[in-house]
Amino acid sequence: MSWLDYFRATRKEEAPPSASAAKERLQIVLAHERIGRTREDFLPKLQQELVAVVARYVAIDPGKVKLDLDRGGDMSTLAIEIELPAPSPGRQAAAS
Amino acid sequence: MAQVIVVTSGKGGVGKTTTSAAVATGLAQRGKKTVVIDFDVGLRNLDLIMGVERRVVFDIVNVIQGEARLNQALIRDKRVDTLAILPASQTRDKDALTREGVSTIIEELSADFDYILCDSPAGIEKGALLALYFADQAIVVTNPEVSSVRDSDRILGVLQSKSKRAEEKKDKVKEHLLVTRYDPNRVERGEMLKLEDVREILAIPLLGVIPENESVLKASNTGTPVIMDTESVAGQAYKDAVGRFLGEDLPHRFLEPAKKPGLFQRLFGGRAA
Repeated sequence: MSWLDYFRATRKEEAPPSASAAKERLQIVLAHERIGRTREDFLPKLQQELVAVVARYVAIDPGKVKLDLDRGGDMSTLAIEIELPAPSPGRQAAAS
Repeated sequence: MAQVIVVTSGKGGVGKTTTSAAVATGLAQRGKKTVVIDFDVGLRNLDLIMGVERRVVFDIVNVIQGEARLNQALIRDKRVDTLAILPASQTRDKDALTREGVSTIIEELSADFDYILCDSPAGIEKGALLALYFADQAIVVTNPEVSSVRDSDRILGVLQSKSKRAEEKKDKVKEHLLVTRYDPNRVERGEMLKLEDVREILAIPLLGVIPENESVLKASNTGTPVIMDTESVAGQAYKDAVGRFLGEDLPHRFLEPAKKPGLFQRLFGGRAA
């Protein structure tokens, strides 16, 4: 530290400590990377099996399935969106 | 049978080669027959850090390809007589290293040495995988900084899945954490991850903490392993780490900020030793 830095340092506004942010971010990212390490990526298989189950009860278009996994710190969400085909007029008549 | 120790980190520039040179020299100073191998083919630097760059005639690739005998490639250290260095090749590419070749070399060295240190290149590609493959123990060099900690975590995963011990389902590689470039002043100001945070996140036994210190650059400038600078805090911290590696119970030092410099020192740019 040169003598100029001494004055510069005293003038500067105190920034909030950043080490705690580093720790938090690391803990979150590593928690997820460690899961990925021990298990293979299960999403494609999950999607396949879910679609197969739904298809047993409802006629669906396998192309119209959307799967989203959002990994957060405290909570992760798995969202599955399956678009059901518009009921055909014939079947609608039969049902009513 | 020699113990094979890999010095690894994933991330580059955290102090693997500095650590390899210091720990190898420290073990040799304690009377252990030690050889340190540079695995960074194409970017060799251990020779410079050890100060033997002008004595390199043959290298590890020459030995693997049968162009030289192992004994011709080994450089005996002139300062510590139980220490030898096996340099990497500077001109060949990484593919010149083969698992069979490295296996033969390690087997041959095992007969003559107590410790074989493998200085890993950065990354998790071939050179790094080969450096850790035969390891019995690993020194994971980590800076208190997010990318280094993350990469260390990754390399721990690799050690647990891709090492010979993992593949053969033997006892796992013994892991040691070495935190380097630790700056207690910045930690105190909340600008740097605390030692406790790094330990908590990586959760492996702590071998030592090397403080950020000018002596490390000075040592590399002159090609003297920093552990030989017995006055410096980094040298002393490495010496402690070697002691702990050999089973001694030593307290961790240099974790707190050094005494604040006086007004005189501050005004005239005095630097801590």
